[in-house]
Amino acid sequence: MGEEDTKRQALNVYRMKLLGAKVIPVTSGTATLKDAVSETMREWTRRIDDTHYCLGSVMGPHPFPTMVRDFQAVISREIKDQVMEREGRLPDMVIACVGGGSNAIGAFYHFIDDPSVQLIGCEAAGRGIDSLETAATINTGSLGIFHGMKSYFCQDQNGHIAPVYSISAGLDYPGVGPEHAWLHDIGRAKYVAITDDEAVDAFEYLSRTEGIIPAIESAHALAYAIKIAPKMDKDQLMVVNVSGRGDKDCAAIARYRGENINE
Amino acid sequence: MSKIKEAFKNKKAFIPFISCGYPDLDFTADLVRALADNGADLIELGIPFSDPTAEGPIIMEASSKALAGGATIDRIFDMVSQLRKDVRVPMVFMTYANLVFSYGIDSFAKESAKLGMDGLILPDVPLEEKEEFAPSFRKYGLDFISLIAPSSRDRIGLIASQAEGFLYCVSSLGVTGTRDHITTDIKGMVDRVGLSNPDIPCAIGFGISNPDQARQLCQYADGVIVGSALMKLVKDHGRAALGHIIDLSRQIKASINE
Repeated sequence: MGEEDTKRQALNVYRMKLLGAKVIPVTSGTATLKDAVSETMREWTRRIDDTHYCLGSVMGPHPFPTMVRDFQAVISREIKDQVMEREGRLPDMVIACVGGGSNAIGAFYHFIDDPSVQLIGCEAAGRGIDSLETAATINTGSLGIFHGMKSYFCQDQNGHIAPVYSISAGLDYPGVGPEHAWLHDIGRAKYVAITDDEAVDAFEYLSRTEGIIPAIESAHALAYAIKIAPKMDKDQLMVVNVSGRGDKDCAAIARYRGENINE
Repeated sequence: MSKIKEAFKNKKAFIPFISCGYPDLDFTADLVRALADNGADLIELGIPFSDPTAEGPIIMEASSKALAGGATIDRIFDMVSQLRKDVRVPMVFMTYANLVFSYGIDSFAKESAKLGMDGLILPDVPLEEKEEFAPSFRKYGLDFISLIAPSSRDRIGLIASQAEGFLYCVSSLGVTGTRDHITTDIKGMVDRVGLSNPDIPCAIGFGISNPDQARQLCQYADGVIVGSALMKLVKDHGRAALGHIIDLSRQIKASINE
């Protein structure tokens, strides 16, 4: 785990240790997810005989993105079954946050062949897609080859991978899974950018109105739902994938709002 | 015969690797000339990349310092064009797929050929993906160098059969860096290459730091690649590393052809 993220995700680090994991902070490069992935790949080459490296997303060299996609696809299978059972029709829109894009591809997969279902991926715009502090890969990046895949990456004009930023450690990665790049290229899914501010507003909104504290990652998807819902018809169906819980984010969001609390 | 294959003719080849721009490009140019005059049969010029996943700490640090100092592809190309006025030793670039892809594969190949480069090594492009790159380099007469590692096993024959220039044999699992012991069955690896492509020279790299290791490996291999050990001298001695590197090069060159 990038050293920077071990601080931002201190609660998750504690939990992993509690469950018996050894967590090694990575200090090279920007000390975030990208560098943790690079260091893991370096370690993987040392012990390739007895180890597979499945990135925690739909990324990396083939066949790992396909494998992770297939494992995650249970999300859209269940959404489809449940929505059909309850409503007798397909949803009009499925919304998910996209860093590498595993929860999103899982939520999209069984709807790809249903063209009436709009698929919306929400990228982390950080402080805005016009700023340098963003992680919105499809919205701001370009085609590249890195970490074993060809996809969109945030990079400079010479092909060096750019430092990225988002309030959300889970979306703070300079690339996106290749299948999302493809869904974007063929126009099947739409990828929008949500800023830190919008995500934090949505985080607070869902907590207050529903008593559900969403992960700050998922709050990016909720933010788009809040934006787009008033423009839709009352009887249209929208599914938002709340991919994680937000306990881990409470201290960081409090800090974002200027309140210092001890975890 | 390509200039690269000629580098292996009737002798064991010493192949130094240099991180271009570490600590600056003037030093790199001095180092290339010094190595060319002191035993190098082929020189690998590393173009620094922001995220070099095949490298250990020494070359990672060299790369990031070189980038901070402004070692761009264009400036490295300028340096090579100056060097080629007097340096005749074959040279290949070693870098990562994204830099070449971003520059434009065909433009990169064309420019490399124009500069008098002889080949390219991209450690993050496996056999299955190499046809996206190799044809452009072939077109301009450059060798696209393939790598095998101890994990390649049954793929060794296939990779060797398509190899151009020389075959880069990775000595051990893991990333670049100096190692005290190399335990891989190098003879077995080289023998398997020979079965499928007897004409391709095998050079061993990753972990080689001293003349003894180099001599032992050259009992089976056609050459040795030494990178991290040289860059560590630069890290430890700065510009004064030049003399140390010349000494080490002469020793390695002498030991492998004993």
